[in-house]
Amino acid sequence: MTVAVVLVGLTLGTYVLKAAGPLLLGGRELPSAVLRLAELLPAALLAALVAVNTFSSADRLVLDARAVGLVAATLALTLRLPFVAVVVVAAAVTALTRLVAG
Amino acid sequence: MPPCPTAPRRAIHRQAASLALAAMPFGIGFGVVSVEAGLALWEACAFSVFVFTGSAQFAAVDVLGEGGAAVAAIAAGIGLNLRSLAFGVAMAPALAGSVWKRALWSQLMIDEATAVGTAQRDLRWQRYGYLAGGIAVFITWNLSTLAGAAVFSSAGDAITTWGIDATIPAAFLALLWPRLASPDQRRAALAGAAIGLVLVPVAPAGVSIIVAGLGVLAGWCTPARTRSGS
Repeated sequence: MTVAVVLVGLTLGTYVLKAAGPLLLGGRELPSAVLRLAELLPAALLAALVAVNTFSSADRLVLDARAVGLVAATLALTLRLPFVAVVVVAAAVTALTRLVAG
Repeated sequence: MPPCPTAPRRAIHRQAASLALAAMPFGIGFGVVSVEAGLALWEACAFSVFVFTGSAQFAAVDVLGEGGAAVAAIAAGIGLNLRSLAFGVAMAPALAGSVWKRALWSQLMIDEATAVGTAQRDLRWQRYGYLAGGIAVFITWNLSTLAGAAVFSSAGDAITTWGIDATIPAAFLALLWPRLASPDQRRAALAGAAIGLVLVPVAPAGVSIIVAGLGVLAGWCTPARTRSGS
C-alpha cells in the first residue's frame, strides 16, 4: 500500500516539476533563490543518503564492512572508473571484508 | 550559412545513444535496489515508467526500504529533482506545440534529454535533441530496470553475501561525485551527511534524509571572493 502511495505521489510530484516550464512558465525566468536551491539540495540529500546507508542499521550508527566498500568506491571514482565498475568494486570489497572478518 | 539538415541529426543520434547506454547500469542498479527494498518486479518497473527520474526513484525506494513513511519517501524524491523545474524553463522555448504535446513531452524532462537538447543551436534541433535523448533513455532505462529487478528478485540471501547492500551508498556516491567539484555543493554535502547521521538514532526512518536538506544552508552564503567568477 505504502509503495502504491509513493508511486502515485512521486509520479505527480516529479511531473509537476517537469511540466511547469513547458506548460505554465513559458519564457519566464525562475527566481535565483529557486535555482540556488535546485543546485544545492541534491548535494545535501545525496550526501545524507550515502552517509546513512553506510553508517546506520535501523536506528543505530554502526561501522561495518560497508564502510570499507565505500572507501573502495571513493577510490574507484577518483580513478574515474565508470559507474558499473564503482558499484561492482564496492560490492566485491564489502563481500571480501565480510568473508575475511567472518 | 544555412545549417545542413543531416549533420545535426546524426550528431544528435550519437549523443542520445551514448547517454542511453550510460543510463543502463543505473537502471539495473535501480532494479536491484528496488527488489532489495522489498518491491515487486512490476512495482520497480512502474517507478521507471511513471516517475522516470533516476535519482528521485533511488531515493524514494531507499526510504521505503528503510521502513520510512510514504511522505518521507515522496519528499526525498521531489527534493532531489527540483532541478527538473529549471530544465523545464530552459527547454520551454524549444518545446512549442499543442498543450497535449507539451504535456506528453514533459515526461521526458530528465538530465539526458535536456543535455542533448540544449547542446543544439536552433530551436527546431533543440526539440529534436530533447526528444531523441529522452526517448532513447526512456527505452534503456526501463529495459535495464526490468533486467536488474528480474535477475535479483531470485537472489535472496546473496544480498549480504555478495555485498549487494553496499551498492546503494556506492550508487549515491557516484551521483554525488561530480557535484563535489563545486565548493558550495561540497559544504552542503558535508553538512547534509552530518545532519543525516546525527538524526539516525532519534528520527524515524527517512526523516533524517529530509531534514538533511537543511545542509543547503551551509553552502548558500558564499564569500565574495569565491563568488566573483560567477
